[in-house]
Amino acid sequence: MENSLPLAGDHQFALASHGVSARRQNAGRVLIALTSLVFVVAFFLQVLHTIGTLSIGFETWRPVLYAYLLWAVGLGTGQVMIRGEHGHQAAFLLPALLFTVAVVIFPTFFGLYIAFTDWNLSSLTGSHFNGLDNLSALLHDAFFWNALSNMVYYVLSVSVQYAIAFGLALLLNADIRARKFFRVVFLLPFMLSPVAVSWMIGKSIMEYRFGPMATLARHLGWGSPAFFATPWISRISIIAMDSWVWIPFIMVLLLAGLQSLPGEVLEAAKVDGANAWQTFWKITFPLMGFVSITAVIIRIIFELKLADIVINVTAGGPGGATDTVSSFIYREYRDRSNVGYGTMLAVFYLVLIIIFVTLLLNFAARWMRKVA
Amino acid sequence: MATYAPSLLGVLRLRYRPKRIFGRVLIYSALLLWTFICLFPIYWTISTSFKVAVDVTHGHLIPWLDFQPSWKGWRSLGLSPDTIGEISNPREEFLQRFENSIVASVGASLVACTIGSLAAYGLNRFKYKFGPWRNKDISFFFLSQLILPPVVLALPFLVLYRELALLDTKVGLILVYTLMVLPIVIWVMRDQFAAIPTELEEAAFIDGASVWGAFFRIVVPIALPGMVASFILSVILCWNEYFFASLLTSTDAKTLPVMVASQTGSQGIDWWSMAALSSAAIAPLVFIGIFLERYIVKGLTAGAVK
Repeated sequence: MENSLPLAGDHQFALASHGVSARRQNAGRVLIALTSLVFVVAFFLQVLHTIGTLSIGFETWRPVLYAYLLWAVGLGTGQVMIRGEHGHQAAFLLPALLFTVAVVIFPTFFGLYIAFTDWNLSSLTGSHFNGLDNLSALLHDAFFWNALSNMVYYVLSVSVQYAIAFGLALLLNADIRARKFFRVVFLLPFMLSPVAVSWMIGKSIMEYRFGPMATLARHLGWGSPAFFATPWISRISIIAMDSWVWIPFIMVLLLAGLQSLPGEVLEAAKVDGANAWQTFWKITFPLMGFVSITAVIIRIIFELKLADIVINVTAGGPGGATDTVSSFIYREYRDRSNVGYGTMLAVFYLVLIIIFVTLLLNFAARWMRKVA
Repeated sequence: MATYAPSLLGVLRLRYRPKRIFGRVLIYSALLLWTFICLFPIYWTISTSFKVAVDVTHGHLIPWLDFQPSWKGWRSLGLSPDTIGEISNPREEFLQRFENSIVASVGASLVACTIGSLAAYGLNRFKYKFGPWRNKDISFFFLSQLILPPVVLALPFLVLYRELALLDTKVGLILVYTLMVLPIVIWVMRDQFAAIPTELEEAAFIDGASVWGAFFRIVVPIALPGMVASFILSVILCWNEYFFASLLTSTDAKTLPVMVASQTGSQGIDWWSMAALSSAAIAPLVFIGIFLERYIVKGLTAGAVK
């Protein structure tokens, strides 16, 4: 853990290396050793206490958390004492690194363990290792695969969001009055919490009896408008709400891209007699390649986490047509307290996401190289 | 040398060509259409909070013309003028949720901005070697947290928090939210620090400043707008978070989105109270959106535009 040595002479600043006295170095080493010892002892004490071999121990695991904090502080101070300037540099990175390790790496490995147990919070027998049972249950779980296939539609909807966002960005970039006003208004949906949006739009505006959209649809000749009754219409309704929240995000990125386009190139195209349509497809759109790909990839990553709106508006219905993987796992826990199986689903989903995003990034990098 | 002086008539003709006017009309109608799409749900929610049952069922839209505004929705929250002085349980609960939301989102954003800025600065200015890992790998490690869906961590956190006695506490929420926004803060701040020339710090070193002295006295003041941007972005994301909050809190630390969600389940048409609750929940963000739009855009676009 402690070999975060900055390469000597390789850093960007020419720093006068301060000599660190041997006594200080030793004190630093002792400090690290002591705090590590406290942490390790607290950890194993509590492990033994939980298993039941030891009667002494703490009531909860919280003191172990404090011991970890103490160890983190000790490690940081020790680094500074031992390595002087380099230790100071390491101290910039250590807090974020130790925090992330504690709250991501540890829970992820713990999650991997849970995923192979039959842990159900409502059962009294506790958890038992059950090998690959969860995995085989997953492979035969039609509802999970249904939720996963829904994710394909949700991810594909990003292309529509992108097209609309591009149009809006072009509008805002045009020579218009009150640009500031429109920019603020167009950004507003992004600020609103998806839960509030679920009620504001999903449960009231799209309500089939009194909602204004239902009224409008009736005026337009749709006899009994129901936005959440048939699979495709409810899917589209969910996508519409999700888009309403997220289009501003893509739009802001694209607008920043449009504003940083080199003006001379567009000017030159105009001089050469290109019309607006040609200028867009031949110049603006290709130049926006980098921004577009960044925006779409970030958006897809967030789309894969979609849950709030689905949980609050349809709860996955009708018949699982709007279910996302996250909302499905959420109900798996909420309704059945099935922690073991739910975690297996989540871990499996994470593996799929990592594969998908890696492919996506590789594809994007290759595409960018070809263009650039 | 022939000078070309356009006549006034020519300029006018150029400026008000039919095609140009048509284009203008098209642009402004598109802008207004989208303005309507953005604002109508907000208008609908706020106006519905002043309606009574009849106005809801008849789909009345315009106050005073269509319907007489009433305080009914706000009274049920204990926030109408006539109930504001009295003791009201719904208001007590609402204010507690509101406070929880503020503590959790501001707390997490402060922590994330502090440790995130430090890490971003370190990654930008120093060379680290961590076993086989270099700066690029460490940066990727932080940013890769973005793809982690909350659902993967939610259940392990639930079990761990139970053991740590952090379930249903604000500290627990702050930890989770810090984790959620830390990659975004690092992403934004790396971009900000990269824009600051290293000569400034080098000059400070010559004057005898330490690494920390140069960071706090020279770099932080310059990077402050970027820090504010990442802070505001974090607050928004945490304020709106629902997934973790609904799993990890129950009574004490419940946040506003959880409260809103728990009320939507109750069917029936007491829309006015739901509308009042939703309006109150989104109000802070609408204000942030209107007055701090500059910072939000700055935060969102960092690193995306070359």
